Amino acid sequence: MAKPRDDRAWLLVLPVVALVAFSALIPVMTVVNYSVQDSFGNNEFFWNGTGWFKELLDPSTDLGGRFFDALWRTLLFSALCLLIEIPLGIGVALSMPRQGWGVSASLVVLALPLLIPWNVVGTIWQVFARRDIGLLGAAVNGLGVDYNYAQDPLDAWITVVAMDVWHWTSLVALLCYAGLRSIPDAYYQAARVDGAGAWAVFRAIQLPKMQRVLTIAVLLRFMDSFMIYTEPFVVTGGGPGNATTFLSIDLVKIALGQFDLGKAAAMSIVYNLIVLAVCWVFFATTTRRESEAAR
Amino acid sequence: MAWTWQTALFFALLLATLGAMTGLALLRPETERIGVLGLPTTRGDRLFLTLLSAAFIHLGWLALAGEAPLWGGSVLSLIWGAALFRWA
Repeated sequence: MAKPRDDRAWLLVLPVVALVAFSALIPVMTVVNYSVQDSFGNNEFFWNGTGWFKELLDPSTDLGGRFFDALWRTLLFSALCLLIEIPLGIGVALSMPRQGWGVSASLVVLALPLLIPWNVVGTIWQVFARRDIGLLGAAVNGLGVDYNYAQDPLDAWITVVAMDVWHWTSLVALLCYAGLRSIPDAYYQAARVDGAGAWAVFRAIQLPKMQRVLTIAVLLRFMDSFMIYTEPFVVTGGGPGNATTFLSIDLVKIALGQFDLGKAAAMSIVYNLIVLAVCWVFFATTTRRESEAAR
Repeated sequence: MAWTWQTALFFALLLATLGAMTGLALLRPETERIGVLGLPTTRGDRLFLTLLSAAFIHLGWLALAGEAPLWGGSVLSLIWGAALFRWA
């Protein structure tokens, strides 16, 4: 029988709650308030009830069609990022040196992309991938491949996914490396005594020991890629056409471009709920695994 | 900015729920338990889950129930919430 929980310490968090109220709660209330109204500017608002939500959830309407298109694009983008970054990150972590000067050197090199601000990453790739002056774009075109991310949707996708992989694989690699370093040598010695090969060591020792950090890595990378805005906005601006218009980009277009506050508010609430739900699923799987391990 | 009483009521109810849960936690501290979800949950976890799923139930109702009044979604959420509090 576990000890009864005493939650009184939570009262000490009240000052922070007061601060967060201004930075988060009141903005959230504003968004909820906008989502049930319509505005034609001039600070005049009209009650619209659940109208925006109905429109948003109906793919046959203009708003609903846009929303679901952007949602599938964002989910596809997140899936591609995870499928590439997680195995690649594990591979990088496994091939990193375990001792000597190489450790610090590779840690510094890996940390570099993580230190660059999002909009700078976007600008770097926007120039890097240009077909006329960009090192990558011009080189690829020089090889005879017709590559132009400003006109071809597939090229645009390849560019934004490659950019995300370049920017964030290091994070996965660093997390996995930390997980690998925490494995005691005794495990490897035991594996050697048993005559286990590299694959068996990976499956039976390294992967299970990395499970915890991998869950964190998947969660972080999913959230980040699902909410990505700055980098694709700088590189492709959501184009060509709407090919790389992810949810966040579409949201900003609706809210600030068209000034449809009601539609945008309804969309951001649903967006936020999806993020919360996915977070909970990740949280639940981790906790479940831990509580099973503890039993 | 035009605040509506509906928004105010929504957040007031949310705040009242949190207040009631805080009071309950102070008066009757609880232990975590493992229910049908297979993970340890407290009352707070079950409330979070209830609220989150209530949001999705209402969205689903809006998307699928056509012109039926939204109260249907609320009743469904209450039943679902009660089930979560009992068995989760």
